[in-house]
Amino acid sequence: MVTDDAGQGGTAAGQDNNAGHQGGAGHNMVQLITPAGERVSHPEYDPWVRDVSDEQLCSLYEDLVVIRRIDKEATALQRQGELGLWPPLLGQEASQVGSVRSLRDDDFIFPSYRENGVAYCRGVDLADILRVWRGAASGGWDPYAVNMAIPQIVIGAQTLHATGYAMGIQNDGADSAAIVYFGDGATSEGDVNEAMVFAASFQVPLVFFCQNNHWAISEPVRLQSHTQLVDRGAGFGIPSMRVDGNDVLAVMAATRVALDRARRGGGPTFIEAVTYRMGPHTTADDPTRYRDPNELEDWAAKDPIGRVHALLDRKGLFTAEFEAGVRTKADAVARELRAGCVGMPDPEPLDVFKHVYSTPNSWLDRQQDHYSRYLASFGDPAGATQEKGAR
Amino acid sequence: MTQMTFARAINSGLRRSLDNDPKVLLMGEDIGTLGGVFRVTDGLQKDFGKHRVVDTPLAESGIVGTAVGLAYRGYRPVVEIQFDGFVYPAFDQIVSQVAKMHYRSRGAVKMPITIRIPFGGGIGSPEHHSESPEAYFAHTAGLRVVTPASPQDAHTMIQQAISCDDPVVFFEPKRRYHDKGEVDESLDPNSATPMGQARVVTDGSDVTLVAYGPLVKTARDAATAAADEGVSVEVIDLRSLAPVDFATVEASVRKTGRLVITHEAGQSGGLGAEVAASITERCFYHLEAAPVRITGFDVPYPYSKVEMHHLPNLDRILDGVDRALGRPNSLSGLEG
Ligand SMILES: Cc1ncc(C[n+]2csc(CCOP(=O)(O)OP(=O)(O)O)c2C)c(N)n1
Repeated sequence: MVTDDAGQGGTAAGQDNNAGHQGGAGHNMVQLITPAGERVSHPEYDPWVRDVSDEQLCSLYEDLVVIRRIDKEATALQRQGELGLWPPLLGQEASQVGSVRSLRDDDFIFPSYRENGVAYCRGVDLADILRVWRGAASGGWDPYAVNMAIPQIVIGAQTLHATGYAMGIQNDGADSAAIVYFGDGATSEGDVNEAMVFAASFQVPLVFFCQNNHWAISEPVRLQSHTQLVDRGAGFGIPSMRVDGNDVLAVMAATRVALDRARRGGGPTFIEAVTYRMGPHTTADDPTRYRDPNELEDWAAKDPIGRVHALLDRKGLFTAEFEAGVRTKADAVARELRAGCVGMPDPEPLDVFKHVYSTPNSWLDRQQDHYSRYLASFGDPAGATQEKGAR
Repeated sequence: MTQMTFARAINSGLRRSLDNDPKVLLMGEDIGTLGGVFRVTDGLQKDFGKHRVVDTPLAESGIVGTAVGLAYRGYRPVVEIQFDGFVYPAFDQIVSQVAKMHYRSRGAVKMPITIRIPFGGGIGSPEHHSESPEAYFAHTAGLRVVTPASPQDAHTMIQQAISCDDPVVFFEPKRRYHDKGEVDESLDPNSATPMGQARVVTDGSDVTLVAYGPLVKTARDAATAAADEGVSVEVIDLRSLAPVDFATVEASVRKTGRLVITHEAGQSGGLGAEVAASITERCFYHLEAAPVRITGFDVPYPYSKVEMHHLPNLDRILDGVDRALGRPNSLSGLEG
């Protein structure tokens, strides 16, 4: 089944219809599971997920639930003062799971700051996911250990990095691919447009994965684009797909199509995953200032978890035993996440000077030396008493 | 006089400029309905409409580049860069276009653009949210670079910046946004202290302490603490980083014979280096000691758990004052 914009529109009273304002070619949106949990067929995309067994479907469900739980726990940790900030991905679980679970281990991921669900599926250590948000590091993990770049805060910058990485894959004659995540707002940045120029010019093996969650902080997607975002790809000569981002199977099918094209030398693909940011932009944001609550209600009805739940139910797979197993897993992950966060040692004062250069630098060494002498002047080398007015 | 926060004082100044000149317009990300992530533009779109307070797409080069076109057309755009670390996508437009247009057009094209940038650290933000990029801009001929340190200055200086025919990079010390102070909203910006002039905020006779933006408050606190130790510190708020009002600093150093400069930005190539060198040229025979810089380190702005080590604080400044005075300090016994 193909749903048109009206079927997915996210329209709410008093709120302009985002899709309606975005004219353009009117790409059909790929959907394989309806919000009611009905598995609908799609001749073009079905073959790409035909191999997904019941067992795998259950495992995807578990991913969705665990990621939502991580998000909830991290939000709580922020409220309790354990994290400085947290960017919730509530509502975007299917976009993240469907795409990342389509990748091979040797494919490389370039995320923004919101891909914590992607990081979890990629096997990033739970404490490492939180490290940056706790303020204890600038990058949480070793990118080469998991083939996933560290989070990117500067909007859109990672799209160019991904393009360059994919140029490298191409030069090396490898059959892996790169995938880059970014938001709807990011499509306005020059970097993202330049990335699409490069990717198309060199036909690199790259998937542009745009999570259209409808908002860039307070700005609705219609402010960023007069056409559907998916139409952007065409202007650069990049084949594009628009998928229901709350449908884990549809996202998986589209990502597999794109990866297949990339591996076979077919160049880049642009995917617009139509989803919704149900929470605030970050824990510092207050969406009630700019967002109609009815809009949230509309989207809650299209929840990415609810529909897989319903689908599993229809198939007789959602047993009490299965449900308990998923809950146990989510509880365990949440516990581990919390323990990893609360137990994270604070960095040392002189860590400030670490890793600025790969080899010692006399300029900085002098500053470090002076600062250690300063700390020592308090009679406390660790500088623990380094408070305002301590002397 | 009204008690108001720094953020509110800028809001009030923006409002007055919008009221007084129909050619003034505001542009930036999230500045409309949301009122900016720091609420500095709160309520302005509601009162002045979407054509005067414009929510822009997420594109910093776009924001500043279109401001250039608006200025060509006779407008006085005031653009907001959401955070210091996000100005770099617009850097090319600012240094290559905004800064040079008047010169290149032999004065025919004015660029009365105000670029508001919340800057500096101390609020526990993630990376790219706490930078001090002022030296990049101060180094660029054609730009004026200013930063207020009090709500009153914020109120008048934003109006002066907007009415200035040159482009002004207006740095707002974000960790002071919630600080309150007395503001005379009716003060005529034309009769207030000019935007380009430094100000002596605390009189003293032993040491001149130069600060700007977020560290002016810290410098004043240090002066108070030093007074308890019997040292008289004269605190100067630079206010303008390009051009620097050296005359005010020079007069002070001629009196005290000692100079300490503090800023959050890294030391190398920073404003402190410029002030130290220029004052040394001007006051060499009046200086009793080498100028001292108390600054951030030459490192990327560190993550929040250690940022307090990077930022100059009261104790580090006092240690620097001791150094300038030749009193025992953390570097006593060290040469060079
Ligand atoms: C270059 C740059 N400009 C501004 C910001 C501030 N900022 C952070 S997130 C954001 C909105 C991004 O929206 P979108 O691309 O749709 O992604 P989402 O956060 O919705 O996932 C903005 C403006 C930034 N991080 N980088």
